[in-house]
Amino acid sequence: MDKTSVHNKEWEPKIIAFLCNWCSYAGADLAGVSRFQYPPNIRIIRVPCSGRVSPNILLDALKSGADGVLVSGCHPGDCHYISGNLFARRRFALFKRFIEFLGIEPGRLNFSWISAAEGEQFAKVVTEVTERVRALGPARRLVKEI
Amino acid sequence: MSTTNTVITEDIRAKAKELLSSGEVKAFLGFTDGTLPMTTRPFVARRPEDAERLVWNSFCVMNLANYLPELLKGVEPPRGPKDPPPEGPLPKVGVLATGCWSRNIVVQIQENQVQRDRLVILGIGSRGMVDRKKVMAQVGGKEILAVEEGEDSLVVEGRGFKKEIVRGDVLRDNCQVCVHPNPVIYDYQIGQPVPAREIEGRFRQVDEIEAMSSEERWSWFQNEISSCIRCYACRNACPLCYCPTCFVDDSRPQWVGKSVDPVDTSIFHILRAYHCAGRCTDCGSCESACPMGIHMRLFTKKLEKDVLELYGTEAGMDPDVPLPLTTYKSDDPQDFLVTEAGGQASEQGRK
Repeated sequence: MDKTSVHNKEWEPKIIAFLCNWCSYAGADLAGVSRFQYPPNIRIIRVPCSGRVSPNILLDALKSGADGVLVSGCHPGDCHYISGNLFARRRFALFKRFIEFLGIEPGRLNFSWISAAEGEQFAKVVTEVTERVRALGPARRLVKEI
Repeated sequence: MSTTNTVITEDIRAKAKELLSSGEVKAFLGFTDGTLPMTTRPFVARRPEDAERLVWNSFCVMNLANYLPELLKGVEPPRGPKDPPPEGPLPKVGVLATGCWSRNIVVQIQENQVQRDRLVILGIGSRGMVDRKKVMAQVGGKEILAVEEGEDSLVVEGRGFKKEIVRGDVLRDNCQVCVHPNPVIYDYQIGQPVPAREIEGRFRQVDEIEAMSSEERWSWFQNEISSCIRCYACRNACPLCYCPTCFVDDSRPQWVGKSVDPVDTSIFHILRAYHCAGRCTDCGSCESACPMGIHMRLFTKKLEKDVLELYGTEAGMDPDVPLPLTTYKSDDPQDFLVTEAGGQASEQGRK
């Protein structure tokens, strides 16, 4: 199936966003309540903490047809569980470098810290990530052709 | 036979015999000759007379740390799942360790897979192990029937040919860039420590790949794993892989498809390597165990390089230094975050 012409519509990136319950999810909520505009390309999955997000899950998203992934958590020092995002930071830093070393395009995996008060920031990050992924085109490298 | 290896073999046998006869250890883990030339297999000596079968040569490529957790469980007195642990100290196990293997033992100690006080470690300074596949390539893939190991050369013999090969040319890739040949923990030193090495371009293989474009790297990766038959020998040979249920065997959720589709194979290799991040000591047993000659060591080498670059640690060098992914610092580098969108988020985060 040619992803560029699904139902003859123009291709739109599909981005899975893993947002932490305590900061980024609330930030997304604030963006909505404050009526900040951002592209409708993200599908939000609420997770207890950015430390919950393992590379298995990120690859699973890409494998299942996501064109990009965004993971967002509390700012370092603000984690509801004290240090979940600090462990996550090391994990993601290594994983992003590693997967790009193996040839996954930079920009497919995106990480950020967004607090519950940063609704506008959330809208900006989502816009930025959507534009990045749009520029890359549909993700094909980890999608199984059956 | 090389004199160094003969001396080491004799020392290992004598020490293993002593440890087993005195009852200090219940089992001794070493190597014995394999069934083919240029192979050895891991061997557990349980009686003093078994010690005579232990050998040491340039083909001891499997990492013995891999067998320790199960062997330690195996020598414990049998008990039911609800029985209390036996009183008094549990039986010990003797094991050989070169630089990388001893570092793997340290990682296993840190991860509570083995207990230091149940191990008697015989440390050996490693001169590097020989890659069988490289030797076979040197004789054009002809069948090798016998190998005589000299100090710095190998004399290989087959039907109608005899060739002398320089040992340095057929060392495994990881041994060529090894900077920690001597064990970091041991109870007895066997043979002489190997002089410390300074290697120019320790990560040169990784640097070469990093210099390529994203598309080139992807085709390199796909090409590298295209012959993978998903036998999981790399996983089984790895001393870091001891999970009761591996992610490849999970079916709910199924992280990795069971087919040999390139996507499934890619995900397997990405996750297998990533699970070794900050723990891999580049012992090379994954590559040595691979029947298809895949260079999966390069994947873990990249992670080793990044861990050293970002967090300044190397796996298993010091039992008191926590593994990089089990700890954090408040000022860990985070230049990978989405930044263009707004300075504020990242500025705050960078404090």
